[in-house]
Amino acid sequence: MSTTETIKKEGRDAEAKTETTYLEAIRQALFEEMERDERVILIGEDIGSYGGAFGVSLGLMERFGPERVLETPICETGFTGAACGAAMMGFRPVVEFQFLDFISCAFDMITNFAATSRYRTGMGVPMVVRGPCGGGVRGGPFHSQNPEAFFFNTPGLKIVAPSTAYDAKGLMKAAIRDDDPVIFLEHKFLYRRVKEVLPADDFVVPIGKGIVRRAGDDVTLITYGGMMARSLEAAEAVAKDGISVEVIDLRSILPFDLDLILESVKKTSKAMIVHEATMTGGAGAEFAARITEHAFEYLDGPVLRVASQDTPVPYSPPLEDFFMPNPDIIANAARKLAAY
Amino acid sequence: MSKDVIMPQMGESLAEGTITKWLKKVGDKIERDEPLFEISTDKVDAEIPAPASGTLSEIVAGEGETVPVNAVVARIAGEGEAPAAVAKTEAPKAEAPVRTEAPAKPRAAAKPEPRPAATAIREPEAPRPAAPRGDGQTKLEKPYGQYPVDELRRVRSSPVVRKIAAEHGVDIAEVQGHGISGRVTKRDIIDYIETAPSPAPKTAPATAPPPFIPAGAPMPAGGLFIPDLRIPPYVEGEPVELEPMTIMRKKIAEHMVYSMSVSAHVTSFFDVDFEAVARQRESMKRDLAEKGIKLTFMPFVVRAVVEGLKKYPYLNAAVMGDKIVFKKEINVGIAVALEDGKGLIVPVIRNADEKNLQGLARSINDLGERARTKKLMPDDVLRGTFSITNPGVFGGLMGTPIINQPQVAILGVGAIEKRPVVVNDAIAIRHRAYLSLSYDHRLVDGAMAEMFMASVKQFIEAGNVQ
Repeated sequence: MSTTETIKKEGRDAEAKTETTYLEAIRQALFEEMERDERVILIGEDIGSYGGAFGVSLGLMERFGPERVLETPICETGFTGAACGAAMMGFRPVVEFQFLDFISCAFDMITNFAATSRYRTGMGVPMVVRGPCGGGVRGGPFHSQNPEAFFFNTPGLKIVAPSTAYDAKGLMKAAIRDDDPVIFLEHKFLYRRVKEVLPADDFVVPIGKGIVRRAGDDVTLITYGGMMARSLEAAEAVAKDGISVEVIDLRSILPFDLDLILESVKKTSKAMIVHEATMTGGAGAEFAARITEHAFEYLDGPVLRVASQDTPVPYSPPLEDFFMPNPDIIANAARKLAAY
Repeated sequence: MSKDVIMPQMGESLAEGTITKWLKKVGDKIERDEPLFEISTDKVDAEIPAPASGTLSEIVAGEGETVPVNAVVARIAGEGEAPAAVAKTEAPKAEAPVRTEAPAKPRAAAKPEPRPAATAIREPEAPRPAAPRGDGQTKLEKPYGQYPVDELRRVRSSPVVRKIAAEHGVDIAEVQGHGISGRVTKRDIIDYIETAPSPAPKTAPATAPPPFIPAGAPMPAGGLFIPDLRIPPYVEGEPVELEPMTIMRKKIAEHMVYSMSVSAHVTSFFDVDFEAVARQRESMKRDLAEKGIKLTFMPFVVRAVVEGLKKYPYLNAAVMGDKIVFKKEINVGIAVALEDGKGLIVPVIRNADEKNLQGLARSINDLGERARTKKLMPDDVLRGTFSITNPGVFGGLMGTPIINQPQVAILGVGAIEKRPVVVNDAIAIRHRAYLSLSYDHRLVDGAMAEMFMASVKQFIEAGNVQ
């Protein structure tokens, strides 16, 4: 059986209740979108026969050919620029970064060119920029970053960060179908650890909509991406102390589901934000500001943030553990806030 | 011998840690350096090794408890030694100031807790920090910035509490708070409104009015055993007279409690020989009196203190968060009692290190006189860097003064009197006094305080003060 048949089979295996990993969910989305729409192309380094650094595009060149799965030299600004041009000529490129740490090389193409295109020319750039982000895998400063804050301050971009296989697939489809540039953050820690049985039908998770992963009354915990599972673990831990935490998985960081946040905060009166990106100037600061702007009269405590330390991501395993939020740190923050 | 296991300091800015897991049970044999328990702090989660080998005889702080750094969390009995009796394990944990951070009370248990009706704790004429207003807000007498954050939390609480208070016309100060610093939480005020009797229950028979019990001062948040302990200042029917505090009284009260709550007070005592100084004073007294200067012992003490502060600048400093503020000026405040012991003010000798004995004597005369006649200027009481108080004026032998914030030390001078003492193996009559130094152990360690005091003692005993 060829790899493409495997992908097809996996995509249809829902009835058989086979669990699909987060990584496979992304691959299925790419496969299904490329099948559905011939304008969808992939571009990036080693994404052809090698299947990409993590194997996300494994088998896709075999199925769709080198015209639609374009391998490039190591030049992020070049292939991102090429994708922008292709998008303006009617394609729907999906750009892979081997590690999203290197997205900074293509910063100009994304922020100055793609993000402003609709405003400048009336033409959107329907491009998806995707790749693995996040730490916890001993990758050190160049293979562990969470770069969302660089782009969060750029009008014209959308940023999504799925935490489940379902969302990874549904959001990838939504991102490809979107008429404007979308940055798709795949947390590499989740690639093979997170899995679930996916429905067989063609489903889309709308960009900008969050979801309540756990209902609670005492504290609203707002998170996304790699911190979602850790936040759920913390919520479970503090439940033993009688503290009921409502966990919101934003799924989309930009635009973010402010209505869902406010609805929950008005109920609990206490809010905390958990993200793996570093604290200062992170997306959490914006969420906190919006909460105090729109729900000030409902607040019964300070809006807390739990985030990584303001340092580069350390190589050393103990230092990396110290650097990143873990369920204990999150639980302690929740306890503090509940007791405030 | 049993060995105390303490909460380690896992970072210099950390004051407490939470025990997340005990890896051993009471009665377990343990080896030195074997992992004993796990902690979680603001900064780090860590496994803590046993400080000694033996048997875990007692766990003082259980899982989930947050305790200050250096608090005893367990005890290890030495090898061959019987573990402490079970009864001891069960004994109240009074020795360590243990605090449970997590609000362990489940919501259901919190609800039925009876709350005193609003009318039961109303306090008629007694002065209150805050007066109720129609809109439920608590009116403050001074700008926010002048309140300690603890008090603001109590009287201002949070936006949602203020909104609910305004909607229901409740004065936040009336509600018993269970949050941080005794803050009224949203749950507190909702419970209060739900359980408070509706106003004017006309259907109820005219029974005796609720007993009048004045409210006592609240315990700091999360008291030792009874979180809401309040001891009323008098009981019903006890003959008393209420008098509003003067502004000075209120300020002193506030400042003293504030000081005790922010500084880690420790007091050391030194017995100092004033014989040489007493002789010098006798010889100079008349000359200075002709210049209109009354020479007391205080200028000698101030000179000694100035020399000590030059050597030990940590005592001429302040604490700002995790920073030490070293004061470049040596400005010595001297406590002056007013009006028959009612009230106290601390005028400051500016740049005391630039004055000689005579200059100090003149400044002290001047400030004392103007303090008693209420002619001090605001500037005269500002920027003190160290204070001296004189409990010996009425014969007191020694005192344990409270630090004048934001300073970190205060010297108490006991009565200077003739006492029999051993000098060169003979009993002699000498002018002696006990000097006490209260210092803020956050900044000043015992050794430094003792060295400072030794320097003061040496200076005074050497005499011939210029």
